[in-house]
Amino acid sequence: MQDALAKINISQKHRAVAGGTNLIDLMKYFITDAAELVDVNTIPQHHAIEELPDGGLRLGALTTNAETAYHPLVESRYPLLSKAILAGASAQIRNMATNGGNLMQRTRCYYFYDVNTPCNKRTPGSGCAAIGGYNRTMAIMGTSEHCIAVFPSDMCVALAALNAVVNIEGPDGDRQLPFADFHRLPGDTPHLDNNLKDGELISSIDLPAEGFPQHYSYLKLRDRNSYAFALVSVATAFELCDTGISKARIALGGVAHRPWRVTEAEVFLNGKDPVRVNFEAAADIILQGAVPFEHNAFKIELAKRAIVRNCMMALDPDTQLPGAQPSH
Amino acid sequence: MHTYESGLKEEMQHQSELSMTINGVPKSRTVKPWVSLLDYLREYLDLTGTKKGCDHGQCGACTVICDGKRILSCLTLAVMKEGSEITTIEGIAKDGELHPLQQAFIDHDAFQCGYCTPGQICSAIGMIAEGKAKTRSEVKELMSGNLCRCGANTNIIDAIMDVQKGAGNE
Repeated sequence: MQDALAKINISQKHRAVAGGTNLIDLMKYFITDAAELVDVNTIPQHHAIEELPDGGLRLGALTTNAETAYHPLVESRYPLLSKAILAGASAQIRNMATNGGNLMQRTRCYYFYDVNTPCNKRTPGSGCAAIGGYNRTMAIMGTSEHCIAVFPSDMCVALAALNAVVNIEGPDGDRQLPFADFHRLPGDTPHLDNNLKDGELISSIDLPAEGFPQHYSYLKLRDRNSYAFALVSVATAFELCDTGISKARIALGGVAHRPWRVTEAEVFLNGKDPVRVNFEAAADIILQGAVPFEHNAFKIELAKRAIVRNCMMALDPDTQLPGAQPSH
Repeated sequence: MHTYESGLKEEMQHQSELSMTINGVPKSRTVKPWVSLLDYLREYLDLTGTKKGCDHGQCGACTVICDGKRILSCLTLAVMKEGSEITTIEGIAKDGELHPLQQAFIDHDAFQCGYCTPGQICSAIGMIAEGKAKTRSEVKELMSGNLCRCGANTNIIDAIMDVQKGAGNE
C-alpha cells in the first residue's frame, strides 16, 4: 500500500489502475493524462468485504462489482445496492470493474470522448460543446455554464441513497468522506469529478447498518433494455410502519454531475401514506429546480414518472425484473 | 537529444517477460506494458479466435475466461494478468469433441457471420459457471454484454438455454 501511494505521489501523471475498464479505454482515446499506471490490485486488504462492529458492512475498494453484488451479506442486507450494481455495464465488465473504480469512473458525455471538440472537463477553458450541441443524455440539475455532463454510475446512486461513507488513504493520512461530499458539481472546475486529492486512494466504502432490505427498488430507464447508461435511474428505499412511511430515501442517476438526492422530498414523505399521490408530490419537489437543454427536456417528466413508479415497485420488491427494468 | 533511435531504446527498456497459462499451456513472451490482453493473444500468440470488435468494451467479441471468470480482453493490459490462466475459444473443445455450447450453436443456427460467436460462447461458459441465470429473461440479461449485429440473438439464447438445462441450472 505505502509503495503504491509513494509511486502515485511521484507526480500527478501517475494513475492507479485496478479493473481498468474505464481508464484503459480513456487511454485508447488519448483522453486521460496518465503517463504511467500503478497496478494497485496487489494490495490485499482492499479486497475484503467485512462486517463492521456497528452492524454495517465494509466493501473493499478492490472488490469487483460482481463479487460485491453477489455477496450473501450484500444480497440479504443491502439488496438495493446489489440491484443497482447489476443494472450497470455487462457481466464481463462487472467481473473486472472494482468498487473504488466505480466511484472514479468518468462521464460518458460524447463531447468529453471526442477530442476534436471543446470540453472543459477534458481541456479546462476550452468551452463546452454539449451546451449548444446534441445534449439529449446530459444533465438537468446542478449544471453550470461550463459543463452539463452526467455522472454515469448506477452503483453510486444506491450508495448515495444508503448514506455510504468513503474511506480514503493518502500521503497526509487516512480520512473519511460522506458519500454526498465525494462527488462534485461542475461549477467552474468541471475537470474535477470528486474531492479526492492528488496522491490519495479509496481504500474501502462503508455501508451503515440500515440497509432497507424490506422495501427497496432500483429502476433504470435507457435506450435499450440492458447494457446502456441510464437516461434516468432511481434508487428508492422505504421503512414502513403502521402509520405509513417512517423513513424514505430517493436518489437519482443520469440527471446530474453526481448522484442526486433532495432531502426535502424524503422529509415530506415521512409520516405519509405510501400512495401514488404522495409519491407524485415528492417527485415534484425533487425536480423543482430542473433546467433542461435543447434535447433533454423529456428527462424532467421521465424522472418524475420514474420516481413514482419506483416508489410503487419499492413497496413490493418481488415485482422487480432482472436488470432494473420497469415491472409490468 | 531525443532521436528515433533513443526513443526506440527507451521503448525497449519498457518491455518485460510475461508468463501466463493459455488454454492449459504455459506461454511466455516479451511484451510492452501497454499491450492489451486482446492484442497479446492475437498478435503475440497467434490466437486469432478471440475477436477485436470495438476495442472499447462495448461489444463483447473479445470475451475470454481469466482465472475462471469471463472478462473483456480489450480492456485489460496483458501485463496485469501475469501468472493468470486464460481460456480462449481455441481451448474449449476437448479431444476433438466440440464443447456442448459449440455444438448447440450449430444445432440452433446461432450465428450468421460468426464474428461475435467466440465471445458469445466464452461468455456463456462464464455465465453458466456463475450459476446466477435461471430463467430465459435472466439469461438474456446476463448475456447482454455480447452484441450480435446479424440479429441471431434469439437462436443464441436458444442454444445457451439448451446447454443450461443440461448443466442442471434450470
